[in-house]
Amino acid sequence: MLKIRIIPCLDVKDGRVVKGVNFVDLVDAGDPVAQARIYDQAGADELCFLDITASHEDRDTLYDVVRGTAEQCFMPLTVGGGVRNVDDIRRLLLAGADKVSINTAAVARPEFVAEAAEKFGSQCIVVAIDAKAVASGGWEIFTHGGRKPTGRDAVEWGKRMAALGAGEILLTSMDRDGTKQGFDIGLTRAVADAVTVPVIASGGVGTLDHLVQGVRDGHASAVLAASIFHFGIYSVAEAKAHMAAAGVPVRQEPAPAQAGGSAPAPARDRAAEGANP
Amino acid sequence: MTVAIVDYGSGNLRSAAKAFERQAAGREVMVTGRAEDLARADHIVLPGVGAFGDCVRGLRALAGMIEALEENVVCKAKPFLGICVGMQLMARRGLEHGIHEGLGWIDGEVVPLAPTGGGEDHRFKVPHMGWNELSFRDPPHPIFAGLAPGAHAYFVHGYRFAAADAACVLAEVSHGGPVTAAIGRDNMVGTQFHPEKSQAVGLSLIANFLAWRP
Repeated sequence: MLKIRIIPCLDVKDGRVVKGVNFVDLVDAGDPVAQARIYDQAGADELCFLDITASHEDRDTLYDVVRGTAEQCFMPLTVGGGVRNVDDIRRLLLAGADKVSINTAAVARPEFVAEAAEKFGSQCIVVAIDAKAVASGGWEIFTHGGRKPTGRDAVEWGKRMAALGAGEILLTSMDRDGTKQGFDIGLTRAVADAVTVPVIASGGVGTLDHLVQGVRDGHASAVLAASIFHFGIYSVAEAKAHMAAAGVPVRQEPAPAQAGGSAPAPARDRAAEGANP
Repeated sequence: MTVAIVDYGSGNLRSAAKAFERQAAGREVMVTGRAEDLARADHIVLPGVGAFGDCVRGLRALAGMIEALEENVVCKAKPFLGICVGMQLMARRGLEHGIHEGLGWIDGEVVPLAPTGGGEDHRFKVPHMGWNELSFRDPPHPIFAGLAPGAHAYFVHGYRFAAADAACVLAEVSHGGPVTAAIGRDNMVGTQFHPEKSQAVGLSLIANFLAWRP
């Protein structure tokens, strides 16, 4: 049986992690490659880098990060943020990314998704959708990090993207992102049920029950989370144990045998942090 | 000892090369698009990402490469591993975006994944993307040595290898019906999943392949 994936996401700016884990024993907490290695050891099912480097010209550091990660981590890696053309995708794939996520550029020119899928295969083209609930019902998609409304309906957009060749949809609720109140289940379910490709639920995870809800009620194939892992509130293993106990199929295997011994423990434990997750 | 990873412009070879280097134990890992290099290889790996037809075209675009593969894998029986589309290319033909002739080493066709059932539980998405549990043929092929039944491997594909001879199917997974996870005969094997992306399970498989003396 195919397992539900748990995907930690790291925000990277100018080659440095700006929103990431605080791990004990990690000499350089800003090093994305070091963090990737920890998640690899911890049994994360995939890893996602979101590049938030302001200038397109300063992106060379990102390629170095991807290259370094691919050399040391034998797990799937998705990279998104600022992907504008076929050449951006090629460079990321050659550096070692397995999948590339497209957001604003897909809205600007939907045919870009078809061109990318034709050139590199649907399996490596993820379309990221940022959506907000609208008063009239339904959800509208936004670009430019959620700042720019597009007037497009999220469910229709998801269907169109899948039809154009997106192999997967990374769906973020702008309403829930950062709130720790859980995924927007209505949004997740509406998109997941409308498309045949896998949907990754994102935005709002604050507890392990939220992960379960995203899959059980939202019909997501994968769940993406940032802060609950980064701040050491929960480990990937705890998340998987919780999901398994709730009947969600997850991959639970011994941590990969990596050089360097056991995985470092999170810096802050739940007792210190859990009161305000 | 030398491992040749065939570079025909398909997707990202870097992670495959790095995974083999990690498990190489003193062997040379050569990423090459030159047909003549296969003569000095002891193990040959054909990776593959993308569409079947594109990969066939890429392979044919390398002067003498298909002949060199035939010579070294079929005639000289060097151990061979095809990965993902590289595995699918071992088929007689592929039906992705048209009908394309494959290497024809293992009788069968590469057909669209069409998972049945699912219905209310919405589990059977295409592409088949993520970690799935391997069930091995009994006894397991040597490339699976040391792996527990149900070990997880990472898949990402929308087409599957439908083998004409069930004896060539070395492992399967379930995704709305059985899906071929590995095929092989004699000195050749192919995995639908990505060993180079399958963490410890994948690294074990690579080490097993490099130690394999068919």
